[in-house]
Amino acid sequence: MNQWASFEQFLAMGGYAAYVWPSIGLAVGTLLANVVMARRRHAQALQQALRRLAVNAAGNAP
Amino acid sequence: MATWTWFHRFGSPPFVYRIAGRCAPWFGAGAVLCIAYGLFGGLVLAPPDYQQKDAFRIVYVHAPAAWLSLSCYTTMAVAAFVGLVWRIKVAHAVASALAPVGASFAFVCLATGSLWGRPMWGTWWEWDARLTSQLILLFLYLGYMALRSAHDDLQRADRASAVLAVVGVVNVPIIHYSVYWWNSLHQGATVMKADKPSMPAEMLVPLLVMFLGFTLFQLWVLCTRLRAEILERERNARWLREEIQEGA
Repeated sequence: MNQWASFEQFLAMGGYAAYVWPSIGLAVGTLLANVVMARRRHAQALQQALRRLAVNAAGNAP
Repeated sequence: MATWTWFHRFGSPPFVYRIAGRCAPWFGAGAVLCIAYGLFGGLVLAPPDYQQKDAFRIVYVHAPAAWLSLSCYTTMAVAAFVGLVWRIKVAHAVASALAPVGASFAFVCLATGSLWGRPMWGTWWEWDARLTSQLILLFLYLGYMALRSAHDDLQRADRASAVLAVVGVVNVPIIHYSVYWWNSLHQGATVMKADKPSMPAEMLVPLLVMFLGFTLFQLWVLCTRLRAEILERERNARWLREEIQEGA
């Protein structure tokens, strides 16, 4: 059951908004940052590996 | 016999690279669904706590962050141990891939705990057993990552950091039992204890779903980072050529 009479009350968090919302925000932000950083790291590693393979292939060609 | 084939397969970079790539989207979808439901259930559906009122809702991110930081560390130490003893490269890659996730959530656990402690205990920080041992966990993660980046040689980085990870695992039970062993400001366990959890279902279910979501999230990030680690480690293997040039 929804515990809140109005959206304003939900935002106010019974007077604890200054503690609850930064906690939620930090957690969600950290979740997102972890995904973005991990995916970027994988994309970079893939690019580097492809470049390395291309250089090797060029080196092996007669 | 079967155990050894299993062990061998999970030590093989091509196999792990492919299986991690196949599993990652499922872990990701599960994590997003569970965390979205858990937040909704915890912030909107759950009734306020009779003592802590709406401030208790911080638990929905604080406890799963604590759980993630501990399970990450334990997995990291086990992987490091396997890497040290059996010299399996993939195991070192797993340990290395887990450190940044664990470190960031050890920090989230401390910061949200601080934000919760201020209105409930009247202080942002106290040198209390639970809080101090969790801070040591963060330092262990940071030390692990610093030690890795201090070595240019990957194998030496693996071995040195693995020793730290394995030794540091003694801190994990200390964190868990600190609230029983010492007088602590921190409340005791409400969910992970032998008898029934001391929470009504409307509060408990979103929290359990959050725990599940954070576990899936950890596996999701692990799969992605592990793939990157394997790409960086497997320089010119033939399987790599076939694998990534087909895909590109």
